[in-house]
Amino acid sequence: MCDSCGCGDPHVVPVRLQERILARNESQAARNRERFARAGVLAVNLMGGPGSGKTALLEALAREGDGRLRVGALTGDPATDYDAVRLRAAGVPVAPITTGQACHLDAEMVERALARLEWHELEYLFLENVGNLVCPAVYDLGQAVSVVALSVTEGADKPLKYPTMFRKADLVLLTKADLLQHLPGVTLAAYQDSLRRTMPRYDALLLSAVTSWGVSPFVEWLEARRAGLVLAGRVPAGASASLGGVGSGSYTPAPTGEEEMR
Amino acid sequence: MHEYGVARALLERAQMEARRRGATRVCRLSVRIGELSGVLPELLATAFALAREGTLCHDAPLEVESVPARWQCRACGGAPTPGAVLRCPACGGELGLAGGDELLLERIEMEVG
Repeated sequence: MCDSCGCGDPHVVPVRLQERILARNESQAARNRERFARAGVLAVNLMGGPGSGKTALLEALAREGDGRLRVGALTGDPATDYDAVRLRAAGVPVAPITTGQACHLDAEMVERALARLEWHELEYLFLENVGNLVCPAVYDLGQAVSVVALSVTEGADKPLKYPTMFRKADLVLLTKADLLQHLPGVTLAAYQDSLRRTMPRYDALLLSAVTSWGVSPFVEWLEARRAGLVLAGRVPAGASASLGGVGSGSYTPAPTGEEEMR
Repeated sequence: MHEYGVARALLERAQMEARRRGATRVCRLSVRIGELSGVLPELLATAFALAREGTLCHDAPLEVESVPARWQCRACGGAPTPGAVLRCPACGGELGLAGGDELLLERIEMEVG
């Protein structure tokens, strides 16, 4: 009987469901996660705004690894396969996903794209999401870890404006560190502060994909994750690119070259 | 706007349930949406109003209950003030989300017979 408007209509039947709305996506994500785990592949959901440096980061990773890291990618874009073309040129095995109207990847898109990539032999599979700080955070893809790229030019208020994405991030990569020297008003402390207000397990690294400065601590982070180490809340000691130790309003002079910073 | 996808998932589930029970029409859907779920209730309402056209839910209102984010210390149960650094103000422990990330289809009402 209808119990919502009190009309007493005997033909209205209430059904209590209490189900997760995205249950179907979540089931597929669980199947993806299981496949990745069985193959020993660390799947990384790489998210960030358009132009935050997601593709450049993967190019830098391919250079840094120098054939040592077996990295592959699925790249999501509403239109074009430009990212896939760039990554292929960098020697990264890749399958593009053209999402059309969708502003994010979902678990079924990933599952379908896996059929187009020799991914079983990889160590790291990056699921490069659509450039967007909102929608990708809602859909589980079956990743082991979520990494958000945030460039130093985007503004330290972004984590506060898009809290859902940063809440779910296991690691935030503050990219384009080479530009810091041109941004007098930007402090790492401001980024660190807003990340600490949105990430329950704060973890962030500063890097530059252009100079490769700070890429190797990220590689170490990935290797540790793949080794199954639990590094919750870790602040890497002595890692020059780590944001963990930045406590005041000042920051180290911007990295200008790999040699100088090491 | 991923809210359209969320609306479609809702409609798919509601129609499946309606068909299974031989219902002719869905009269109401009730959902719970967390503040940190990534779905905005207003946008979901707009998306739902568009997506329900031509379905068994074509005139069903969507009742949305918003759930505020609630952080709680995993160790001592302490809670931070909203917007503060996500560490327990009492013991410095790690916080977990005790509410505010849900995306739930609570109930539907349907017309049978």
